[in-house]
Amino acid sequence: MDITGRKLFVRALLEEGVDTIFGYPGGMVTDIMDELYKQEEIRLVLPRHEQALIHEAEGYAKSTGKVGVCLVTSGPGATNTITGLADAHYDNIPLVCFTGQVPLNLIGNDAFQEVDIVGMTRSITKYGVTVRDRKDLGKIIKMAFHIARTGKPGPVLVDLPKDIQIETGDSRYPESVSIRGYKPNEGVHVGQLKKAYKLLKSAQKPLILAGGGVLISRAEDELLKLVEKMRVPVVTTIMGKGAIPTNHPYYVGNSGMHGKYAANIAVSECDVLFSIGTRFNDRITGDLNEFAPKAKIVHIDIDTAAISRNVVVDVPIVADARLSLEKLNEWAEPKNTKRWLEEIAVWDKENPLEMRRDKGMTPQMIMEGINAEFDFCVITTDVGQHQMWASQYLDFGGKKKFITSGGLGTMGFGFPAAIGAKIANPDKPVICITGDGGFQMNMQEMATAVTENAPVIICLLNNQYLGMVRQMQQLFYGKRYEATCLRRRVTCPTNCKGKNEACPPYLPDFMQFAKTYGAHGIRVEKEEEITAALREAKAYTDAPTIIEFMISSDELVLPMVQGGNPMSSMILK
Amino acid sequence: MKNRWIALYVENEVGVLAKVSGLFSGKSYNLQSLTVGTTEDETVSRMTICVASDDITFEQIKKQLNRMVEVIKVIDLTNVPLHMKEILFAKVLNCTTADKEEVFQIAQVFDVQVADIGKDSVLLECKLTERRNNELIALLRSKFKKIEVVRGGAVAIESISTSCR
Repeated sequence: MDITGRKLFVRALLEEGVDTIFGYPGGMVTDIMDELYKQEEIRLVLPRHEQALIHEAEGYAKSTGKVGVCLVTSGPGATNTITGLADAHYDNIPLVCFTGQVPLNLIGNDAFQEVDIVGMTRSITKYGVTVRDRKDLGKIIKMAFHIARTGKPGPVLVDLPKDIQIETGDSRYPESVSIRGYKPNEGVHVGQLKKAYKLLKSAQKPLILAGGGVLISRAEDELLKLVEKMRVPVVTTIMGKGAIPTNHPYYVGNSGMHGKYAANIAVSECDVLFSIGTRFNDRITGDLNEFAPKAKIVHIDIDTAAISRNVVVDVPIVADARLSLEKLNEWAEPKNTKRWLEEIAVWDKENPLEMRRDKGMTPQMIMEGINAEFDFCVITTDVGQHQMWASQYLDFGGKKKFITSGGLGTMGFGFPAAIGAKIANPDKPVICITGDGGFQMNMQEMATAVTENAPVIICLLNNQYLGMVRQMQQLFYGKRYEATCLRRRVTCPTNCKGKNEACPPYLPDFMQFAKTYGAHGIRVEKEEEITAALREAKAYTDAPTIIEFMISSDELVLPMVQGGNPMSSMILK
Repeated sequence: MKNRWIALYVENEVGVLAKVSGLFSGKSYNLQSLTVGTTEDETVSRMTICVASDDITFEQIKKQLNRMVEVIKVIDLTNVPLHMKEILFAKVLNCTTADKEEVFQIAQVFDVQVADIGKDSVLLECKLTERRNNELIALLRSKFKKIEVVRGGAVAIESISTSCR
């Protein structure tokens, strides 16, 4: 029997095992919304803005490994998801984003709320398509989920014209789909892998660089096995944080722009860099000519295009991280790396990650408090200084998961991502570490967190500035704090050189803000209050909690490598 | 930087051309020419693409094309024996009778057809290699006051036993 497109849509989602969708209504999705009203298996989460909506779907997807599903209307509903699509594209998060569209006969007429969303998002989606024929609807939805979750995951956009949603047609939803132009790599080239293994085995100073790909393919256990068997030290990218437990003796730290001193020096000094699931982003490599200058480089990545794009490698391997590591573990034999590990330990002792402890409450102390109080949690961040501090000082691995916007660097990501993660993991504490700048980009989502019963803990590090840019102004722009002071008003002098007695008060009052939404607010000004505040927040499970940490404005993220410089030239103080 | 050629099999669908050309503009690849048409299988289109690039960029271009869902196959034609031709119309305007004579001679030498003629203009229809077309245009430009040129971009197919590019 034939059914409507909207009925097939719901059937397709159920077949795909979708239990939650993030949706915002509008004229071109009212039919689908009406269909969702009639069923109870799929939960519809209603955010307060479509940008936050898609970040929530990202948090949901990242914390579960499942595909995040978005449903928005045409025009502005669709364009508001663009930042999130780009974010998911660069961080390889599986999403299917359904956008309503004006009826087929109106496309191209500049109709009300019509935009060419497929055209606009072509370069930031893994695949995008407008359904132009009702008979293709089932096949296209099947393709969308298949493409989003396989190979290197990513966002897929499906544009649904209103008339397709209403039209009756085939009721069947295909069980499988074969796409002739899309065959993700499923095997491992054993010959190449053997070559890589031989390099690793013969190296005097081997180093593993683990990226986000290790986490996406769930290869943490296999990586740990290899590392412990062969005693090879590990550095990670920010997206790879947690690929190996951060308290493991063979874990050195993050490498890259704000990486640990010992980690960056190890990259510069190693003779074999064994990299898995990273695309050698400029934040990791710095000056390409000086990147790992003494090393033969092995590069394992599922994406052919990631290999030899930024860094020319000696042994390229196109494969899934877990499959490769499983194979490597069949061969792995113990290695003597004692002297190399000692060398790294000396660098670490020379310049450890540490903030002064005599100037009041520092970000490091807050992160240490979170480490001590939570051993089972999901932590999301926004973008900026707090994100780097989180990546430097927080413990991850095992039961602690890290979700951050690494590729696109999207301010406003952290809070909605935490809400999405909490909806997917109601029994786990979910913490959002954010700044006063990033939080304000999507703080309307407090309504979503309260109404959807997602009691997340927001650790808001308030330094009253857009700190990461402020840091650059302090170090490289003669302390000319243009557009980074969030206390600044039109009445302030133009040539402000920093905070002083005459500064106007900060806006908003986050404690009042929490109260307005029926959330909890705790303000922390001293080190001694950190633990109590975190415990109090953990105990509140009825509503979200904002802990506002009043930190100093001039705290810096160190070490720092200025963009384009070699990774060995770090600013340490 | 040198010119390289790719044959690209893609799904014959709305938006695929935009996606392929968008890749070139979005990633600052230097697209020289692109032609597209359907193949013996009407669900498949074949593009012939010419880009100017260095070796590393060209490798990246092929990989980027390959990872597109709509791309079925990427064939590097740069060092392959093939037949490659480009269609070109060249109109010579404001001709005197002597000019016309000269155009006829040129047509003979280049082995191209005179497709149309009027009181003071001649139309040449050429199916030559790109390089030969370039030479013809250069010659016409040097000899005559006003010419009008439209070219189709090269199309190429792999050789059977002879080749011409």
